[in-house]
Amino acid sequence: MKTIYLDHAATTPLDPRVKKEMDSIKTYANPSALHQMGLEAKEILNNARNKVAKILNAEPEEIIFTSGGTESINLAIKGIGKGHIITSKVEHPAVLETCKFLERNGCNVSYLDVDKDGLISLKDLEKAIKKETILITIMYANNEIGTIQPVKEISKIAKKHKVPFHTDACQAGFLNLNINADLITLNGSKIYGPKGIGILYKRKNIKLEPLMHGGGQEFNLRSGTENLTNIVGFAKALELAQKEDNNKITKLRDYFIQKVQKEIPRTFINGHKTKRLQNNANISFLDVEGESILLYLDHKGILVSTGSACSSKKLEISHVLDAIGIKHDAAHGSIRFSLGKSTTKIELDYVVKELKGIIHSLRMLSPIHLNKGDIRK
Amino acid sequence: MKVVGYKQDKAWLYSSKVKEHFFNPKNIFKSDQELEDYKKNADGVGQVGSPACGDVMEMFIKVKNNKIKECRWRTFGCASAIASTSMLSEMVVGKTLAEAKKITPKDIVKALGGLPARKIHCSILGDQALRKAIENYEGKK
Repeated sequence: MKTIYLDHAATTPLDPRVKKEMDSIKTYANPSALHQMGLEAKEILNNARNKVAKILNAEPEEIIFTSGGTESINLAIKGIGKGHIITSKVEHPAVLETCKFLERNGCNVSYLDVDKDGLISLKDLEKAIKKETILITIMYANNEIGTIQPVKEISKIAKKHKVPFHTDACQAGFLNLNINADLITLNGSKIYGPKGIGILYKRKNIKLEPLMHGGGQEFNLRSGTENLTNIVGFAKALELAQKEDNNKITKLRDYFIQKVQKEIPRTFINGHKTKRLQNNANISFLDVEGESILLYLDHKGILVSTGSACSSKKLEISHVLDAIGIKHDAAHGSIRFSLGKSTTKIELDYVVKELKGIIHSLRMLSPIHLNKGDIRK
Repeated sequence: MKVVGYKQDKAWLYSSKVKEHFFNPKNIFKSDQELEDYKKNADGVGQVGSPACGDVMEMFIKVKNNKIKECRWRTFGCASAIASTSMLSEMVVGKTLAEAKKITPKDIVKALGGLPARKIHCSILGDQALRKAIENYEGKK
């Protein structure tokens, strides 16, 4: 007896191997303490840091542990100083809202457009660089539609113009992380690690101003007593994620997408066909609304998410779907299915079967009938 | 494979009335044929909303002796939009046209046992669609 969890892009369960490693930490001492238990804690902390550094081909001093993705992003973007920032229209709110905050405080931000698949244009990026540009921040992979940006190429352009490049890699813990970026954000809760822990990789020569001032932990960049258990869990989770073979889940994802399209008429896929996260299937169902689909699926024990969200006056659509040119009419019926390590073909068959019935029922209730021309702007 | 669906005792987004009307909507069409037949025989039809805004509601009424004898509906929208139209379709039966016209969004929200504030705009459309359906009927007379 179970539920079918297809919301791994929101957060993942804790891998038992990670939990085991976390449970093995018995010391409760402060790693800054000089007594023997403190030194033991310090050693555990150093080992975890070394492990993460090795995975990222980095030096230990380049790994800053934080409370998670949002904090790492804030540290990278706010910490770099004031000037012109380049980002994209499809970033996570942690990036977009931080940029808006900086705009209110005198910074200038360029938001790059994306194409119909969600990719930025490298030409646009290069054109947007000015002599005042202090940061390029472009996500590695999109949390809603799964589109993977050409981060290595972005790194090259950034190097050429000597502008630091930060990438929000929270969704990309299972992808190749040796991408030559100057700043990389990762978090534990998307890679089967603990929640409330993340890192900012910071290349040695990049100077940042801390957000947290205090005891000077994390090379003066993030004061506060280290969350040792979570740090150990994060290091283990990242190690496992980087070893994971993504082929199995990619095949399941493709199987699911094809089956949905075959069994349920008038659906379309959002995002890039191949440059796509291994576990993401973002699907729009015409003439029906996302929250209704989500709650009917929930009723059947299938847990997903939708980009459709009610605000005070009208239903607002996801900024990502808007940026890839989906019309409001069609965007309301979008559902994100994000598969996980435990997802099976049998589960997906069950989902398609139930989904088919749900979409049929909701379409019977719906007074609208959209045409192909109603999908894209 | 045994999958555990929604459990009755667990927390849910809306009231139990909304739940009932969302999962078991009343006075709906079960097939396209039924809809087509009903369209021909309905005394009044009214539709409001737009797909772009995320809510569209359509009401069909049958009238006898100046009273609403039957009400059917279709809705594109979220759970509270579906539930509120379903609720309204039960509320209006037996009411005179004058009484039915007076139904306010507040009345619908009350009958549903409340709605989250951000969702209240959804139910406003149901009474508008009903009023349009009544006007459509009155215009035909």
